[in-house]
Amino acid sequence: MSLIPKELKYTKTHEWVKVEGDAAIIGITDFAQEQLSDIVYVDLGSISKKVNQGDAFGTIEAVKAVSDLYAPVSGELLSINEDLKATPDLVNKEPYGKGWMVKIKIADMAQLKNLLDAKGYEDLVGKSTH
Amino acid sequence: MLKRTPFFEKHLANKGKIVEFAGYEMPVQFQGIIAEHTRVRTTVGVFDVSHMGRVEIHGNDRYSFVNRVTTNDVKALAPFQAQYSVFCYPNGGVVDDLVVYNLPDYLLLVVNGANNEKDTNWLLENKSGDVKIENKTMEIAQLAIQGPKAEIVLQKITDINLSEIKFYWATKAKVANVNMLISRTGYTGEDGFEIYFDTKYALSVWDAIFSAGKEFEITPIGLGARDTLRLEMKYCLYGNDIDKTTNPLEAGLGFVTKLDKPNGFIGSEVLKQIKATGISRKLIGFETMDKAIPRPHYEIYKDSQKIGFVTSGTSSPSLKKGIGLAYVKTEFSNVGSEFQIDIRGKKSKAIVVKMPFYKQGTRK
Repeated sequence: MSLIPKELKYTKTHEWVKVEGDAAIIGITDFAQEQLSDIVYVDLGSISKKVNQGDAFGTIEAVKAVSDLYAPVSGELLSINEDLKATPDLVNKEPYGKGWMVKIKIADMAQLKNLLDAKGYEDLVGKSTH
Repeated sequence: MLKRTPFFEKHLANKGKIVEFAGYEMPVQFQGIIAEHTRVRTTVGVFDVSHMGRVEIHGNDRYSFVNRVTTNDVKALAPFQAQYSVFCYPNGGVVDDLVVYNLPDYLLLVVNGANNEKDTNWLLENKSGDVKIENKTMEIAQLAIQGPKAEIVLQKITDINLSEIKFYWATKAKVANVNMLISRTGYTGEDGFEIYFDTKYALSVWDAIFSAGKEFEITPIGLGARDTLRLEMKYCLYGNDIDKTTNPLEAGLGFVTKLDKPNGFIGSEVLKQIKATGISRKLIGFETMDKAIPRPHYEIYKDSQKIGFVTSGTSSPSLKKGIGLAYVKTEFSNVGSEFQIDIRGKKSKAIVVKMPFYKQGTRK
């Protein structure tokens, strides 16, 4: 049973968005980290200063598989979670907390409407909401 | 229609993540690959390996036959002794790798699950003399109990003195009150045993082992950790490191390739020629100096020259770095040799290291 916080927005590719003013904090969902299991490397090194919605902005490596990360919204890169370099397993332990990945200044708030709400994401993954 | 081993309900009960493997529904992990890997290296874990193929070779000509179709020398085996070996095609390519047990009245061949049908057909095609080939896969359950505490755990449920079983030797004994073949063999680099017994006792034997191992936090281990454990020891995996396009000499399996067997074996003529000319590439073990994980098929470069490719790769739970096996041109295969691996478009530095990667294994 995976966590799907009600206040967040979600993508079909299992990223979550937390809106803080005009900024978006982005990570991957509990469902995603559960599927990947042991995460050993989060590569955000090739993220550009300006990101477009749907762009691949990095990769996440688990022991068994690699997954691409897709930008839920367009905007300017504000910060990257540097803690993930030394402790990538924060993504497994706190996917919505300390395992956040990037913070982006939202270029167009209207893009948030393209995202799934908690119920929509729950339907997608077939699990209960928190 | 996928097959299930006799332990499938245990895997479900233990919340195993079930995937398709070798035509079976098998658990790839339970609590997590790293946790399971660590469990085997520190105390003890149990692998359901019933998906492997178990083929018996009977008949008075069985030794000559098996010596003809494998690279190692079965005639060197004492009763109840076992050996790692390889089946080769006439051109020296690998059909499969296997373990051969010399048991009273028959030889037991334990082969990769994915190659069960292929190997059995190949044996039948090459059969000659007074030989009977019986595939007993579905009648026998097989478990591997591996880790520094494996012997202590199993000793609780058997009366024979397990410390007397040497590495790559077997015996018949009662374990958990069930008649079994028990061998000191495994694919992890830790001390441990593999047990073979009638499938009808599967669940009771499982329960007995887990009861005996409870004080050591015994857990079931999935295929994911099976792979990271074997890779840390540079044990080959058919399909990755060896296949029909590779020969045992370049794969580092010369130690089980007895080119001087009196009647030769299928592939020995070609392998003798290759040995005389020298192998052009070698399977080596490397560590990456960046954090990215090397994976099968990634290309290897020395500056801008392609010199090889990755066959297996992972993030080593014990070493906490990227490790892998690769075929590289012989001139770049020495320990200390550095090259670049193309990891999804980015060149990542790697260095050839002395094997095995993990050097504290407790295997005898």
